[in-house]
Amino acid sequence: MAETLYLITLFPLLGFLINGLAGRWLSEKQSGYIASLAVLGSFLVSAQLLLAFLALPAEERLLTQTLFSWIPVGDLNIQVGYRFDPLSAVMALVVSGVGLLIHIYSIGYMQGDPGVRRYFSFLNLFTFMMLNLVLADNLVLMFLGWEGVGLCSYLLIGFWFEDEAKARAGMKAFIVNRIGDAGFIVALILLYHQFGTLSISEIAQAAPGAQIGRGFFTATTLLMFLGAVGKSAQIPLYVWLPDAMAGPTPVSALIHAATMVTAGVYLIARNSVLFSLAPATMSIVAVIGIITAFFAATIAITQNDIKKVLAYSTISQLGYMFTAVGVGAFSAGIFHLMTHAFFKGLLFLGAGSVIHGLKGEQDLRSMGGLKEQLPTTHWTMLVGVMAIAGIPGLSGFFSKDEILWAAFSRHEGFSWLWLAGIVTAGITAFYMFRLFFRTFYGKAAWQEAGYQPHESPSVMTIPLVLLAFLSILGGYVGIPAALGGVNQFHHFLEPVLAVYPGVGAAAVQHPSQGLELLLMGVSTVVVLGGIYYAYRVYVQQPTLADDLAQRMGLLHRLSFNKYFVDEAYHLLIVRPFQALAEGLWKWFDIQVVDGAVNGSGHAIARISGAIRRIQSGLIQHYASIILLGVIFILIYLYID
Amino acid sequence: MSWSDLNSTLPELALAVTALILLILEVVKEPPRAQFAWTALGGIALALVLEFALPIEGQFYNGMIALDHFSRFLNVIFMITAAGAVLIAVPYLRKSLEERGEYYALLLFATIGMMFMAKAHDLTILFLGLELLSIPLYILVGFYRHRVRSNEASLKYLLLGAFSTGFFLFGIALLYGSTGATHYDAIRQAIVSDGQLSPAMTLAGFGLLLVGFAFKVALVPFHMYAPDVYEGAPTAITAFLSTGPKVAGFAAFLKVIITSFAVTTQHWWGIVWVLAALTMTVGNVTAIRQDNLKRMLAFSSVAHAGYLAVAVLVGTYDSAFGMMFYLAVYAVTTLGAFGVVALIEGEEETSLEIDGYRGLARRSPFLAAIFTLAMVSLAGFPPTAGFLGKYFVFSAAVDTGNTWNIWLVVIAILNSLISVYYYLRPVVAMYMQEPADETPLPMSRVAVPVFLVLVLIVLGFGIFPMMLVKSGVAAAGSLF
Amino acid sequence: MVVPLYHILAFAGLLFTIGVVGVLFRRNAIIVFMSVEIMLNAVNLAFVAFSRYHGNVNGQVFVFFIMTLAAAEVAVGLAIIVSLFRNLRTSDISEIRLMKH
Repeated sequence: MAETLYLITLFPLLGFLINGLAGRWLSEKQSGYIASLAVLGSFLVSAQLLLAFLALPAEERLLTQTLFSWIPVGDLNIQVGYRFDPLSAVMALVVSGVGLLIHIYSIGYMQGDPGVRRYFSFLNLFTFMMLNLVLADNLVLMFLGWEGVGLCSYLLIGFWFEDEAKARAGMKAFIVNRIGDAGFIVALILLYHQFGTLSISEIAQAAPGAQIGRGFFTATTLLMFLGAVGKSAQIPLYVWLPDAMAGPTPVSALIHAATMVTAGVYLIARNSVLFSLAPATMSIVAVIGIITAFFAATIAITQNDIKKVLAYSTISQLGYMFTAVGVGAFSAGIFHLMTHAFFKGLLFLGAGSVIHGLKGEQDLRSMGGLKEQLPTTHWTMLVGVMAIAGIPGLSGFFSKDEILWAAFSRHEGFSWLWLAGIVTAGITAFYMFRLFFRTFYGKAAWQEAGYQPHESPSVMTIPLVLLAFLSILGGYVGIPAALGGVNQFHHFLEPVLAVYPGVGAAAVQHPSQGLELLLMGVSTVVVLGGIYYAYRVYVQQPTLADDLAQRMGLLHRLSFNKYFVDEAYHLLIVRPFQALAEGLWKWFDIQVVDGAVNGSGHAIARISGAIRRIQSGLIQHYASIILLGVIFILIYLYID
Repeated sequence: MSWSDLNSTLPELALAVTALILLILEVVKEPPRAQFAWTALGGIALALVLEFALPIEGQFYNGMIALDHFSRFLNVIFMITAAGAVLIAVPYLRKSLEERGEYYALLLFATIGMMFMAKAHDLTILFLGLELLSIPLYILVGFYRHRVRSNEASLKYLLLGAFSTGFFLFGIALLYGSTGATHYDAIRQAIVSDGQLSPAMTLAGFGLLLVGFAFKVALVPFHMYAPDVYEGAPTAITAFLSTGPKVAGFAAFLKVIITSFAVTTQHWWGIVWVLAALTMTVGNVTAIRQDNLKRMLAFSSVAHAGYLAVAVLVGTYDSAFGMMFYLAVYAVTTLGAFGVVALIEGEEETSLEIDGYRGLARRSPFLAAIFTLAMVSLAGFPPTAGFLGKYFVFSAAVDTGNTWNIWLVVIAILNSLISVYYYLRPVVAMYMQEPADETPLPMSRVAVPVFLVLVLIVLGFGIFPMMLVKSGVAAAGSLF
Repeated sequence: MVVPLYHILAFAGLLFTIGVVGVLFRRNAIIVFMSVEIMLNAVNLAFVAFSRYHGNVNGQVFVFFIMTLAAAEVAVGLAIIVSLFRNLRTSDISEIRLMKH
């Protein structure tokens, strides 16, 4: 069975090579088909292996395949191989499955683009790198994939290189990621120094019993987390992700929502044993996660670019995942990772369909009333926003509530995590429905701009429909015990994840199921409240949608007196909130984070300019500097 | 002198004879002159065969020359570099109608100099090798004698090179004065058994020796000549200049330090630490603002000298091995990168600015891909061999557990982050910007082998590094 | 009369310094070049002195090599200066700075 493991990565690699080397002889369609077939191959192999897994008892669910020995010299012996266990199985399926749909969608979306072959070859290369990342059985190979996805992301963001700003956004993403990567590299060196191996499973075996101080684990895991923060766009390294939306929308869906940005969460889950040994790091992970979740959600409210809203929403959802792994609920984090890949992939592709229909328009203020023109997109997007908001019965509900429950059940003064999570859930529902309403309902602003919206071709809508089904059904693999389920997803992953004291199995099967149900109820109420306010503010308000106000004339009159309440609400809550969010955004994002990132760039450029001036071109100038060097050396030796 | 002495220098003799033949051919032969390059390559191939036919171990010429895995490893690098420089020169010189026999002859003489530097086990031979390398290079840098930039570069290199040679020689004189010897082992013996006239004089001598090496490998602040000379020299020579002398300089530097001066490490490590940190930082930071590719790569090669100085500073078996690996990869990568620049360069030194690289991927996909690979390897991304080189050197430094070494590695890692920016600038220009004109770039097939070797080494040894690791380990083993 | 070693060394050091100062302050390329030769001769002097002090000939052998080098360097150097003069009509090294920064 294990012999077929390498096929998972081989297919996309072949796709990349064919499209990259022989692209010029392929037609646009052929290029897209080859790329999609390559990913389909990976998906089928992963699915077949997963099915075979389910037939096996839990402890036998592990496949490894050594490809070759890399640098087998002295004590440095790195076996390059793949490891297929429940965790990497889930990831491989998500990457190849969602990836497949996005590849197919791209055939329609990128139609007519002169660089389409290059696009598909990069997309295949990305899939190859991402699969290497998730299947790697040792940290070096994982790092290779990690760097590789970064490189592809950079290439794909800057894909439409005619636009200088897009190329710069690519560069920004790349450089910010390298800051995180530096942490990852140092962590690798420390781990190798300590354990003499970089095999994930060997480290996981050796770590718990090793006579090493806690400081070591705290340091290495913090460094790894720095890498994760960069890749998964958490505070303070999140700035690159909104800019990265400059790339083609399917790229945003695949790389900047469904797969690559979740690599940081995967990294922590993969090394859950190490992280479990470092409680201090875990707390930091959880706190950074929840702050990011809340903060990004508040920003999403005020954004008018449809992709920017989704970008901040992705950052916010990633924050949830980090909160989950931070409190030790690794399987909950991975669960949300999976459902998020479904519904966020769906939302991005839906947004892409809208943008496609409006010939590239991304501004929410130029949309509205598109329900009739884009019926399939409308319905699938509705599923997406309901899933992300956490409407009971959809996938997002199960995964989000598992995270919130894990946060709540952690009795270490962390229940404020739950509270912040709930508030964020309400805000999320509000801004996602704001996006939805402003796109599909209300005044059709696109008419003034002279657009002729049209529904996308079926090659684009079929992936939307499939993702919509996944967004609805994806949660049913992990129904919590409180709702009468057995949380199969959790049990499937259990053998490969560490048990963090206080959470894990103990907490999820917490005796007080009544409490869990109560909390679910609370979060559902908050979410519905958020949706309701979005409805009030963006659909009902007559100034925004006169026709709606007339159609709901009775309702409108009945709530006339409440109108002032709405106004007051708008003035006292939405407005200050908007102002606060905008202010936060302006101050924090532009001043602090952008400032720090750009500032260090400027500083280096300035120093560079200064040093250049020393290079005067004069021979005697150079000779005197040589003499100064000589004098420095002799003085040093003399003093010593 | 015996036959075995003569045998020990057969490869050098073969190269010298070839060079003399080339000089004679230049006088008697009428154009076309393509045979010059083939003659030179034939000589290099013969030398390579002789190198492997030689008895491997031992000291010859009264111990002045040492043959071991170390010298063989480096000689192979030198000969590959020389062959690459010949292949790049063919289309390059044809462009400027300067194809003359003495070009190849001088290249071979310089190669002989490098080979002696690696074989030297006595400061006399080291000095001879260094000068045999330098003097042909002074001429080659000024090879375009009608171009002012080439003249200027040549004069700068000559005057500053001779200036630093003065310090180098004064250093040797002081070492000889203090220890009474120029033989590496004898010097160590004198230091260990305290047979010195004055330890201070030995140290001062070592300091001045260091200056000579630092100049040759372009460590800050002795690097100032490098960007100007690299820019002004014919690009095919820049390719050779940025690899051969640097590799030879570092090899000899490492050998002298490990064989003779390891016992005095505590007196001088601080200097090398400062030089290494300064070199990588100044090199990388300055490279950011360079728009001329030759200057940018010049500063990049300065930065790499900083990383390599880390290996010298650490001076362990591991770091020596790391350096061997690094040098082999660095030589091929940098040679290839400059080779691409040489082929893209238009007549009269045009297309050297980064703007000239816009949309190159469409005009010449092959050169663009090779150049990207070279940049990625120089930046140190896995799975290229450039990553492994850095990894071996830095992890050797971390393994010593010395706090100062670890800080140096931290500085080095921060520096390689900075370097990513300028290494990717040409890549962005090539792949993501529109070309000024769409005409495909004509490309000579002669230089293709150079680029294939680059791919082989950068990717082949990046993914399957065992062969290079084994020879590198053997080479490093000869020093201890 | 035997001249003490340190006297000769002091003289060599002085000569070397004169050479260095000449390189740093003279403008004419040929004179700068001559100053480098003075540095090399200072080294020769030191070698001969040490050779006599230690009673072995290594140092004197080295002097021969240095002299050969100096001759070669002069030949090459003058050729370079001449071709530069042909192109630029100057041998003032402070005017030779096309490449910088």
